[in-house]
Amino acid sequence: MKRVMMIVLVAGLALVGCGGGPQAGQQAGQQRVPVTVLAAASLTDVFNKLKPQFEAAHPDADLRFSFGGSSDLAQQIVNGAPADVFASANEAQMKVVQDKGKVVGTPEPFVTNVLTIVVPPGNPKNIHSFADLAKPGVTEVVCAPQVPCGAATVKIEKATNVKLSPASEEQDVLSVLSKVEAKVADAGLVYVTDARTAQGKVQEINFPEASKAVNTYPIAAIKNAPHPQLADAFVTFIHSSAAQQQFANAGFGAA
Amino acid sequence: MRTGPKTRLRGRASALPGVLWLPAVAALGLIVLPVIGLVVRAPWTRFGTLISSQSALAALELSLRTAAVSTVLCIVLGGPLAVVLARGAVPGLRLLRSVVLLPLVLPPVVGGLALLYLLGVSGFAGYALDVAFGVRVPFTTTAVVLAQTFVAMPFLVVSLEGALRTGGDRYESIAATLGARPWTVFRRITVPLVLPGLGSGTVLSFARCLGEFGATIAFAGSLQGVTRTLPLEVYLQREVDADGAIALSLLLVAVAIVVIVVGRPRSVEGLR
Repeated sequence: MKRVMMIVLVAGLALVGCGGGPQAGQQAGQQRVPVTVLAAASLTDVFNKLKPQFEAAHPDADLRFSFGGSSDLAQQIVNGAPADVFASANEAQMKVVQDKGKVVGTPEPFVTNVLTIVVPPGNPKNIHSFADLAKPGVTEVVCAPQVPCGAATVKIEKATNVKLSPASEEQDVLSVLSKVEAKVADAGLVYVTDARTAQGKVQEINFPEASKAVNTYPIAAIKNAPHPQLADAFVTFIHSSAAQQQFANAGFGAA
Repeated sequence: MRTGPKTRLRGRASALPGVLWLPAVAALGLIVLPVIGLVVRAPWTRFGTLISSQSALAALELSLRTAAVSTVLCIVLGGPLAVVLARGAVPGLRLLRSVVLLPLVLPPVVGGLALLYLLGVSGFAGYALDVAFGVRVPFTTTAVVLAQTFVAMPFLVVSLEGALRTGGDRYESIAATLGARPWTVFRRITVPLVLPGLGSGTVLSFARCLGEFGATIAFAGSLQGVTRTLPLEVYLQREVDADGAIALSLLLVAVAIVVIVVGRPRSVEGLR
């Protein structure tokens, strides 16, 4: 048994060593502290672009992003994942976190996003309006009503009185996008910002009724954050005009 | 640990080395404890309502139906393939054996994408089907069955091929020397000999079909009653109601346990 203990101990130490090594070295050099931001997947590109700017202004911060579906992230925070900031793609998931008393102050909206139609390049099915999606012979793919982009789709259907019969109700915008990119779907409904990231592979067709379902992104510092000051600083930074400019470039609307 | 390692060691001369116990218990814990976590966290008071919602029942029914059809496909197609791999005298058999394992080692979502780029309208097979018959596979229940069959096939083939190869072909050769024709030998000797292997392969394939997620969501999409199987419903339910997702997960665990218990006595143990 002693031998077993030794083996386990050595193995454990080795694991710890592997994990802690590089981080420890970095800290010794610069004394940077990790600031963990849990952010909606649709923020990936802009947040990564903003990272160097924020770190330049706060040399002590080592920004770490964890991107995912807002509901996943909300569950992670509720279940005690270490987080400094939460940037949600909708108000409902922010409320989940807020209701559990995990938010500092009031979450502030920082950007908005609207839906757009995406079609394969060349627009083979001649889709020019939201109503065109309901034409016979058009295979359209949307998000499931349970996820924010799907809820927005339902809202627009109601506002326009156009009833879609989608071939699939996908889990997230990226799945919708990939079905259109693979040309198995003739059209899909995604956020403007997602369409921009797939420029060239899909064509974007904006429609005026999109304004009937505007999705608001709130951001908040998390209670008991390991680094509350830097968490606050990041939230303030996201509202700054420099950051807002980047969001606008990516297709987001102002909150 | 029910019996201590030390008593075991003393009890038998050729007992297990004590070193094995710690990782063995850890392994078992890793399998059992998460399920216990699910059970503890389950919303028992609302359990009945949650698993009998219309969307849950539609998903359960679709899952059982597609898994059954896929398992039959695995047997009908994979059975003969296992026989060919075990007994056939074809060049390149070793390579073929590795190819069959591909769906087992590939992430299912990659398999789904592969199916999508074969059978989508932009894929060559999908294009041909569309032009020749006007048939489109993605977003149909057929796509779900194809995805499940793709990922589950190796389980059937490997179990059956193993049974065939350990069984050897002595009986078959003797039957042949006694004048039995190949089909008679196959029917009267080979099949009865490998029944346990076929059983375990069937149980494993069915279980794998039931759990299929990645290939289905990538290839077939997700629509209630058509392509949204129980695992996809769990994944989606999680977006709105964690409790609902947990209840459905437990339903899947229950179905999986039933499958193993019903299929186990002979078949899974027959793997040895």
